[in-house]
Amino acid sequence: MVSKLTEDQIKTWLDEVKDPEIPVLSLNDLGVITGITIEDSGKVRVDMTPTFAGCPAMDVMQSDVEEVLKREGIEDFEVVLSFATQWNSNMISEKGRAALKKFGLAPPPKHNLIVDIELIEHAKCPQCNSENTEMKTPFGPALCRSLHYCHDCHQAFEQFKPL
Amino acid sequence: MNTEALKDLLYKMADDQLILGHRNSEWTGFGPLLEEDIAFSSMAQDKVGQSWQLYKILNDLGESDPDTVAFMRNADQFHNCQLVELPNGEYDFSLIRHFLFDTAELIRFTMLANSSYEPLALLAKKIKGEIKYHKMHADIWIKQLGSATEESIERLQESFNIAFPYALGIFEPSQMEEEIINEGLFEGEEKLKAAWLAKVSEIIDKTSLTLPEASLQTPVYGGRYGTHTDNLQPLLDEMSEVFKMDPAADW
Repeated sequence: MVSKLTEDQIKTWLDEVKDPEIPVLSLNDLGVITGITIEDSGKVRVDMTPTFAGCPAMDVMQSDVEEVLKREGIEDFEVVLSFATQWNSNMISEKGRAALKKFGLAPPPKHNLIVDIELIEHAKCPQCNSENTEMKTPFGPALCRSLHYCHDCHQAFEQFKPL
Repeated sequence: MNTEALKDLLYKMADDQLILGHRNSEWTGFGPLLEEDIAFSSMAQDKVGQSWQLYKILNDLGESDPDTVAFMRNADQFHNCQLVELPNGEYDFSLIRHFLFDTAELIRFTMLANSSYEPLALLAKKIKGEIKYHKMHADIWIKQLGSATEESIERLQESFNIAFPYALGIFEPSQMEEEIINEGLFEGEEKLKAAWLAKVSEIIDKTSLTLPEASLQTPVYGGRYGTHTDNLQPLLDEMSEVFKMDPAADW
């Protein structure tokens, strides 16, 4: 007997798909899965939105989602990348923010969609929680990260950029 | 909708991003500081990614796929302004060009977020958030080096004077400028230029640099219509070398 497929079930499957550059963060927690729909025909459609226009990990994420759907026995599906729903860093879930911090990456400060230099400069050190930190450069090893230095524990750290 | 006007607008913006993105990538491994090496490399990645998305919209409008459009045209088929194709020169020149160009870009994509063509408006919303970081980076360094030592001020000023007429070429009006404005696709180069001059002055006024008098300059035009300096073709040859060897290569 086959139970009826639900959107929630698909969402649970997608929990195992991680950001290839931050392997502790699932796509659900990153906030890039913007819609899951099962059409009357049974066709599954997953909508995704890029974090950054030039993020090289998006293609990998898209094919990882397709792999999971295939493996779970879904034959008729479509994974659509579009800017229709715009990603911003507030869409990272609380669980995702905790995972980032544990990974050593400061979670992006929550914002009211106005991202300015004051916001980016005030990063909280993920190691010692100090706010006595300094931004070294808004560009880091990936498009979504900036580089900072903590004056209390004297460690360099990275922050997931607010966007 | 006037598709030809829209394509004209998209091509010049995509080509600007691609060519400056490539120039920025030439700093990879050569930056004066590790942080600057990373910054120019990151901005390169952003800009090339943004150009891909703009070429993708063109592709949806019936043009060839983004890789073919990026790699298979010759210099006279490119619509970028000449500013972006000039060689990197020393760091001072790259920095002032980055400042002048990205100040315009941030305003351009903020304006385009209200474009009547929805796919462009959606993409512009995304891009403006990214360019904000580019502008922030440029402002920090211009303010710092523009008021630091005699040498830093002198070198920046010299590069500023050289780059400025080329920067005015960013705003070379399109053949279809009127259609572009009337259709609500974009508010137009003239309006962008006025807003740009104000923003450029705002930062320059905080430094020991002097803004060249815009009305006394002859803007370097031609890029939007396929007229380029001798620097563009060698850039394109290098950029497309792998693609031309094996167009199906995947990496």
